[in-house]
Amino acid sequence: MSIEISAISDFSRHLPVLQVMVPFVAAPLCVLLNSRSLAWLIAFIASIAAFGISMLLLAQVIDGSVISYHMGGWAPPLGIEYRVDAANAFLLLIVSGIGAIVLLYARASVEAEIAPKNHILFYACYLLCLTGMLGVVITGDAFNVFVFLEISSLSTYVLVALGANRDKRALTAAYDYLIMGTIGATFFVIGIGLLYVSTGTLNMADLAVRIAEQGDNRTIRTALAFIVVGMGLKVAIYPLHLWLPNAYTYAPSAVTSFLAATATKVAVYVLLRFMFTIFQPAYLFEARTLEFIILPFALIAMFAASFVAIFQNDVKRLFAYSSIAQIGYMLLGISIVTKTGLTATIIHLFNHGITKGALFMALGAITLKTGSSFLDRLRGMGKLMPWTSAAIVIAGLSLIGVPGTAGFISKWVLVEGAIEKGWWWVAILVVASSLLAVIYVWKLIEVLYLSEPANGITKGEAPLTMMIPIWILALACIFFGLNTDVTLTAASTAAESLLGVAR
Amino acid sequence: MIETSTAILLTMLVPTLATLSNMLLRKHDNLRDGLTFMAAVITFILVLIIHANTGGAPTPTHVLFAVMPGLTIAFNVEPLGLLFATVASGLWIITHIFGIGYMRGNNEKKHARFFACFSFAIGTVMGIAFAANMFTLFIFYELLTLSTYPLVAHKETEEAKRGARTYLGILIGTSIGLQLVAVIWTYHIAGTLDFKPGGILDGNISGPLVAVLLALYAFGIGKAALMPFHRWLPAAMVAPTPVSALLHAVAVVKAGVFTMLKVGIYIFGIDFLAKTGSSEWLMWLAAFSIIAASIIAMTKDNLKARLAYSTVSQLSYITLGMALATSMGALGGGLHIAMHAMGKITLFMCAGSIYVATHKTNISDMKGLGRAMPFTFVAFLIGAISIIGLPPLGGSWSKYLLMVGAADSGHKIMIAVLMISSLLNIAYLLPLVGRGFFLAAPGGNINIPVKMAEAPFLVVLPPVLTAFGCLALFFYAGDIQEFLMPIVAKN
Repeated sequence: MSIEISAISDFSRHLPVLQVMVPFVAAPLCVLLNSRSLAWLIAFIASIAAFGISMLLLAQVIDGSVISYHMGGWAPPLGIEYRVDAANAFLLLIVSGIGAIVLLYARASVEAEIAPKNHILFYACYLLCLTGMLGVVITGDAFNVFVFLEISSLSTYVLVALGANRDKRALTAAYDYLIMGTIGATFFVIGIGLLYVSTGTLNMADLAVRIAEQGDNRTIRTALAFIVVGMGLKVAIYPLHLWLPNAYTYAPSAVTSFLAATATKVAVYVLLRFMFTIFQPAYLFEARTLEFIILPFALIAMFAASFVAIFQNDVKRLFAYSSIAQIGYMLLGISIVTKTGLTATIIHLFNHGITKGALFMALGAITLKTGSSFLDRLRGMGKLMPWTSAAIVIAGLSLIGVPGTAGFISKWVLVEGAIEKGWWWVAILVVASSLLAVIYVWKLIEVLYLSEPANGITKGEAPLTMMIPIWILALACIFFGLNTDVTLTAASTAAESLLGVAR
Repeated sequence: MIETSTAILLTMLVPTLATLSNMLLRKHDNLRDGLTFMAAVITFILVLIIHANTGGAPTPTHVLFAVMPGLTIAFNVEPLGLLFATVASGLWIITHIFGIGYMRGNNEKKHARFFACFSFAIGTVMGIAFAANMFTLFIFYELLTLSTYPLVAHKETEEAKRGARTYLGILIGTSIGLQLVAVIWTYHIAGTLDFKPGGILDGNISGPLVAVLLALYAFGIGKAALMPFHRWLPAAMVAPTPVSALLHAVAVVKAGVFTMLKVGIYIFGIDFLAKTGSSEWLMWLAAFSIIAASIIAMTKDNLKARLAYSTVSQLSYITLGMALATSMGALGGGLHIAMHAMGKITLFMCAGSIYVATHKTNISDMKGLGRAMPFTFVAFLIGAISIIGLPPLGGSWSKYLLMVGAADSGHKIMIAVLMISSLLNIAYLLPLVGRGFFLAAPGGNINIPVKMAEAPFLVVLPPVLTAFGCLALFFYAGDIQEFLMPIVAKN
């Protein structure tokens, strides 16, 4: 009896490392077993396990407590520390949850879009990508962030390039992403190097203390600048977003859904972590960076990217630009630098994740049928694929921020944050830019429902394995718009814990 | 007997079930329409049960669940909302009959989608009517916009798409762009969004900001069609006539002015508005809207467009009632919701009846038509006189109360505005009846009797019924006024 209990408590003590290790070990297993259907199964089981672990972790820290896990038993700051608080536990939940749902969807989509010889490669890379993102989020070590970031980035380049089976342009898109992503990672690691030079430590909590002791100096400033620009590339902060539209457009549907819902979110999280845990908003140089650089670019992104989205004919690209605009909202929340502002950012990470996940998956399901995501080819699909189209409508409404959907909650908190701060004009700009979203979402809805179907496309829905994940996320868009018990609590606890360190 | 709180939820659930049955029974026309008719009747009975249970007395708030801490989906009964719910659900029955006749008589397509959206819209109207706080109201307000969009775009022609785009653009644009900001602002300063007698803002905001907040609401409530955000209403006239009748003469537009009254009475508080004088500008704008829309109406030859502009003008009566910031004004505004609804739905259904029978839309083509369609034209005449505000029809009382309210507020010029508006109403509504009865049809002779050629029975009956309704309202206006009194009671 006592052995059992100690086994269980042992298991739960090691949850932080299992979170990363499960998908990490499963990835080579896919390759070794060398069977297509087994590869999917392993990947799916690993991702479900990761999802379960992240739920257990969030349950432990949602009250505001912190789990500190020492890798190999080496105490920080010398050893690598995994540090779970409400902020990253919530992110872990988003990443692993979306990861599992998209995998369920991926099976049919990969079957149709990727050459059979690459299927195993796909699942292995997918798991590595998931590992990388989970690692970035969970670690409490600055250099470890870089390592995991590279794991996820490198596998992402491969995943994007796998779109080449359908459209050769995926190769140039992946190459662009490779170049830009590498520049970003290099900047980021230079920034961390500078921090190490001036403080002699890489542990985040330790860094925070030492930087505060040291006060302002040029090395620290330069480090911050490099880190912001480096991460900015990964986040796709306007104008560092150029890699994103092509990568999203030409990647396989499953990859686009996964990346759109998680990758940029993870990068935003890293930015949050560095801005609020390692550096602190009280640090004047950072405060100015937030107000005079991040804020204007966030606002420009909200309008410029939405405006560009309106004129796109390829719907995948349209939503890629919309993602850039939505990233603007997240950055705006950061630059408000209050609890409400950060809550808005974090809750939008989640809400936008499920919204975009649903949209890209549903688009992918339609594309299977039409062969292309151009508006012309989507004409009248509301009649031919009523369930898929209905999911697009729901997620589209959530993207606009219509009340009763998840997107509305984000918008409410964000506007509240701006008003609280006294930034009236920002509040007005937020709602004004969401009206641009009405235009591009409605452009799609009109095509889906108010035109006659193109010739040669037959009526019929996507397979059930695609339909279930699509509808899980679509219903989640409504559920989390009406019930914010989990999301809002987690987001505000996360915001508190991020700001708490700064206190 | 059914609990009041259950009945309220059922008024929303039953129309939603009708939506489902319409979607599922796409192929079974008669069964589908019959079930929807039953849903309409049940909804009306539910509203009557709420009447019987409460007598209009405010009930405790029934919280369904909290979306965010402090922001709940909650419902309660109060006189204004109950009146609105009664009008909308009662007229739904009549419009549904008309709708069946119209859609079949006119060979419109996609009946199932049409009635599904229609029922859903009624369900959201019930949500608006019984909302206990601004948050709940806002959610249902948006749902109403979205669920009526497919109705406006129903014909799927380029024109319908354009009209629907304007419809959605202005309604969503104003509600998200302005109203949402106003709601969050209100929540930020007052810490609550509950509708409370006497308002929630007194002591939380002062100076010119009150007028700014009121402006965000007044323009943000685009469904009230206050100029310059009125263009969606004429644009929505591309919809089939049952939609124009119920939704754009009753449900949607009344949801707008109803929200306006709710905001004026329960968010700001009439006394607070009077004390700060911050609604005076709105009074002038409403007056301008009344006159300007009437003048535009005179220039329209298309009957539905003319009625649409007439609605824009009449809606501003209700906004004016709120902006006068007197008890009588608010009461007159509330009463006008019922009176105008009954009158305008009659006019729209008559327009639909003419369209079904002759496919004519322009007033200039309707010479001599009255002699072929006497029932339709007499109903139109009665509805028109009610809109103009002459006894013995319902419209006269609300106009009378508004004038008293104007006198109370010391703005006597508003009495003149209302009088001029009545004259303009005569000028643009009555010529149609005159042409119909006293001019000969092209190529015809006025002295030769014309053969009756009315629209199908199901199309003609509803406007005749509502015309009688206008007459009845004249005699029951006192009771309705009594019923509404609590909304302006001093506490």
